[in-house]
Amino acid sequence: MDIVIFKIAAFFYLASALLYVYYLYRTREGISQKAYILLMVAFVIHTVALVSRAFVARHLPATNLFESLSLFSWMVAGGYLLLEWRYKMPILGSFVAPLNFLGVLVAALTPQAVRPLPPALKSVWLYIHATTSFVGEVAFALAFVVSTVYLIQERHIRRKKLGGLFQKLPSLGKLDELNYRLLTWGFPFLTLGIVTGAIWAQYAWGAYWSWDPKETWSLITWFIYAAILHGRMTVGWRGRRAAILSVVGFGAVLFTFLGVNLLLPGLHSYSSM
Amino acid sequence: MDILVVGLNHRTSPVELREKLAFSQTETYHAYERFLDYRLVREVMILSTCNRVEVYSWAYKGGEKHILSTLQELKGVSQEELLPVTYIYHGREAIKHIFRVTSSLDSMVLGEPQIVGQVKDAFEQAMASEATGIILNQLMKKALSVSKRIRAETGVGESAVSVSYAAVELAKKIFGELEKKKAMLVGAGEMGKLAAQHLVNQGVARLTVVNRTFSRAQELAEKLHGEAVPMENLTLELVDTDIVITSTGAQEYLITKDMVQKVMKERKMRSMFFIDIAVPRNVDPQVERVENVYAYDIDDLEQVVEENRKRREKEAVKAEKIVEEEVEHFLHWLRSQEVVPVIVSLRNWCDDIRKKELEKALHRMRLNGKEAKALEALTSAIVNKILHPPLSYMKEAASKGEGEKVAKLVKELFALEEEKEDEHKDRDQRQ
Repeated sequence: MDIVIFKIAAFFYLASALLYVYYLYRTREGISQKAYILLMVAFVIHTVALVSRAFVARHLPATNLFESLSLFSWMVAGGYLLLEWRYKMPILGSFVAPLNFLGVLVAALTPQAVRPLPPALKSVWLYIHATTSFVGEVAFALAFVVSTVYLIQERHIRRKKLGGLFQKLPSLGKLDELNYRLLTWGFPFLTLGIVTGAIWAQYAWGAYWSWDPKETWSLITWFIYAAILHGRMTVGWRGRRAAILSVVGFGAVLFTFLGVNLLLPGLHSYSSM
Repeated sequence: MDILVVGLNHRTSPVELREKLAFSQTETYHAYERFLDYRLVREVMILSTCNRVEVYSWAYKGGEKHILSTLQELKGVSQEELLPVTYIYHGREAIKHIFRVTSSLDSMVLGEPQIVGQVKDAFEQAMASEATGIILNQLMKKALSVSKRIRAETGVGESAVSVSYAAVELAKKIFGELEKKKAMLVGAGEMGKLAAQHLVNQGVARLTVVNRTFSRAQELAEKLHGEAVPMENLTLELVDTDIVITSTGAQEYLITKDMVQKVMKERKMRSMFFIDIAVPRNVDPQVERVENVYAYDIDDLEQVVEENRKRREKEAVKAEKIVEEEVEHFLHWLRSQEVVPVIVSLRNWCDDIRKKELEKALHRMRLNGKEAKALEALTSAIVNKILHPPLSYMKEAASKGEGEKVAKLVKELFALEEEKEDEHKDRDQRQ
């Protein structure tokens, strides 16, 4: 049942993404508003899908690739809805919505069967660890999009070609500030995710830290974002440099999230396919 | 009757003549009384800006002659002066013209935003003077909404078409809001002053003025509501400046890459924007190599302006399509208005007859309430059924543009008097 609902949600995500892309070409306000409403509908339906999945599985749906991707795109959609509501930059939706749909699509193509959770992992820590890590990663995903848009807009200004999207994209100042805000949201959650993961590991596996690839890579990610934030405060890593680093950082997030699961075997391997 | 435009603009007439014909606010009030002549002109509105003087009206045949002669009288110009520069549009062409003017498609600078406000003010004044009525009110409301639609759906008003505005627009795209940003003007070139003035109008937090001669800087700073800073402090001041406009006559670069590199380090890489309007240039183009530094010289800005102008022209094609579409909508409404008064009076006439006859019958028959109600319903149904085919024929004819003819015929057939006529008579008597 939850799969059917998920697919309906996917359909609405697609509709929203298409409309947001169309908004790149047509300036009508009505288009972005409709796209926003469609995204909201998709988000609500997706919520229902996740809740019913949680009932079937009897745990937080974040224990295999399908569940993780689905939960992650749900949070990205929710995060974007909040961002748009707060900052009113609908053009960002033209980038977030298609990328997010891609995540939903990949999820739709991965095996979706509910698998029983290994007894070692049945713990309240699953909720705390997975949720905090995910919130951090969602903030970084949005920062990645904002930074990409920053780099596109900066290219327009630097090349002195002010056609195309120049008029529609937000100002560098606003994008840079938004990037920074998202990073300051993401970083504490990532930190919390790693710390709670270590505590849980102590309970489940008997060691706080065992250099499992996922642990190693999240530490690398943590160092990248720590460096960005530190650099900004001390020597002024802002603007272009902050944007590039934010893109690099998200590369590390993606690798931690997907690459490690799919390529490197380790303790976290239950969250692979 | 028809919608009528009589006017002249920057393309047809020299500024001397336009000045002579321009209407001030108090003049228009008086002029409306003169223009309104119920045998010829029913509704009227004057649009007078520095680029055009136009009279819009809802008038009978021959209305244009009345308007032209009134213009001559009011403004003391001869027919020989006026006729060669005036254009006269009727009906569809007139509506289209009004829509195009309001949407800034007929402006000297395509897409400039002031015209909408001017049309709105003129319309409000005409309404307040009771010079307009159903038709012009509807027309002008439509014209304003068309211009709004064009602004929303096309890029005809987007992007700056003058160098100084282009610079301000760029500053906005780099910094976002300018309220917390600090600007600096180096030198006293005209275009530099203009750009600085725009920045001040946009609400920059502070403007500093630097000049080789300090007293000149002070003078200029006073005019622009800025602060004068001595030339020696230039580098120091730059650390705290986001936007720099240079327009001095210096032969060498005033601002070099080394200087900017140091300044940027000091200000922790917060973005800087150099607008170099001077020839020869005051800012070394190499400064762009420094991270988060943007520099545009006069050629860059002129190129931006040129591209923007081309883009506006391209967008104007879309806008013209919207105008065509909206003219059709309005014509449809206007045509239906040709038969509406006759429809109303035909209905009223029939209903009066029905009521009178019904009353007589009821008086004779002494029916109870329920029966009387049934009889009432019966007579209404008969009248409605009989009226249905002719009324829909009239509406149909109206949408084909034959409304006036049919309305006249029906009026004669049934010996109807138009309701609206009385209304105007009332107004005449009041005046």
